[in-house]
Amino acid sequence: MVVRENFENSLQELQTKMTEMGELAISSLEKAFTAFKTQDIELALRVIEEDNEIDDLEEEINQFAIWLTVKEQPVARDLRKIIGAIKISSEIERIADFGVNIAKSAIKIGSEHSLISLTQLESMKDACINMLQKALQSFIDENIVLAKEVGDMDDVVDEYSNETYKQLTTYLSEHPEETNQLVQLLFINRYLERTADHITNIAESAAYLIKGRRYDLN
Amino acid sequence: MNTTFVERKQITEEITADNTQLSKQTKISVKDLNLFYGDKQALYDVSINIKEKEVTALIGPSGCGKSTFLRTLNRMNDLIDSVKINGEIIIDGDDIYRSNDVIKLRTKVGMVFQKPNLFPMSIYDNVAYGPRMQGIKNKSKLNKIVEESLRGAAIWDEVKDRLKSSALGLSGGQQQRVCIARAIAMKPDIILMDEPTSALDPISTLKVEELITTMKNDYTIVIVTHNMQQAARVSDRTAFFLSGEIIEFDETSKIFSMPNDQRTEDYVTGRFG
Repeated sequence: MVVRENFENSLQELQTKMTEMGELAISSLEKAFTAFKTQDIELALRVIEEDNEIDDLEEEINQFAIWLTVKEQPVARDLRKIIGAIKISSEIERIADFGVNIAKSAIKIGSEHSLISLTQLESMKDACINMLQKALQSFIDENIVLAKEVGDMDDVVDEYSNETYKQLTTYLSEHPEETNQLVQLLFINRYLERTADHITNIAESAAYLIKGRRYDLN
Repeated sequence: MNTTFVERKQITEEITADNTQLSKQTKISVKDLNLFYGDKQALYDVSINIKEKEVTALIGPSGCGKSTFLRTLNRMNDLIDSVKINGEIIIDGDDIYRSNDVIKLRTKVGMVFQKPNLFPMSIYDNVAYGPRMQGIKNKSKLNKIVEESLRGAAIWDEVKDRLKSSALGLSGGQQQRVCIARAIAMKPDIILMDEPTSALDPISTLKVEELITTMKNDYTIVIVTHNMQQAARVSDRTAFFLSGEIIEFDETSKIFSMPNDQRTEDYVTGRFG
């Protein structure tokens, strides 16, 4: 008989819920960005609507983690896993909110002639999605190498962000008539840069689970 | 280096905490202790330094040797004929197995057992039993010892009006605290506790745990427990025993959050045992 089989199954279930939440957040970012890129207002509205599902899942994960703590009195690695689930689900929720913010910016830009080609925003979005997949995988597989890779990728996103900021502000001084869209692009730049920071926090939680001490990957 | 007031305060606190740790002396020093029941070896090269005025918890699965080890500390195993012991146990500089004064040793090292084992006599007489055996006859002196001991065991307020009643009329939790009072009455330095709450209900258990936490200001306590949450709650350091060996001995917070040895991790997380 495997000792604590039920507990093992519950921890597995917790991870399944986290993976599901991560997939929803990735989908939210992808759709929001597509809505922004293709100027699809309908899709942007759908992203905003679907965010509720992610919020509900965060609540569900928290309740489940609290109940597991009460019921199983976890210590050591088990405890770090449960604390990780609580912290990570809150980070994912925040990341999905950035998806909503991008969707809202897409709505504000509307059908103006798109200036997306001036920016590195798409590369930033791609990097963020890759990072989020790696950060969650790092937590689930307890793979410290992946957590460190996420930290390195955050530096790349920061560079893209600085570059985009410079390009947009330079363009703004020459084309003040485009202020509305440029401000939204600067916002999106900020949202993606912050998304990468929150993903890095997930990688830090993974590192804490694996090594039992705090790492500063940001 | 410029430091803010808050940083400086923090640094000072850290240094003070370190000094407190350093100033704690080793009360019991065990070196290469081996114990045999006849041909069967029960303890293998156990070495451990137990600090004064701390609570040290001994954990491990049944049959791992933790109670056997506890009993070596006041030579309770002497009562079993087939027991052979080698190695050394130094308490306050004396090797307890080289000295023949077991009475003196057991005065210094008190013990509380799994089940309350009060004598069928009054609460007062139970607590006064040890001091009387030591020759204390003076009534007011005995009264003082009994009151102090019962207060020390956080049971005085519950029994002060019924000191002459039979101790066996008390609840299990109260009886266990009177047992602790009886141990305290001998003014020991060290108190050994062998699963002191395993026969108690949850509330009585918490009362005894509270008591243990306050008692460490005055005594060095070594406690065997099967309840890992109890070890986490009451102890400063924890030793994990397995098959007669100490696998890991460290600060309790370390043992329960980030143990070094996989076997410790498996045990504290309930994966075996």
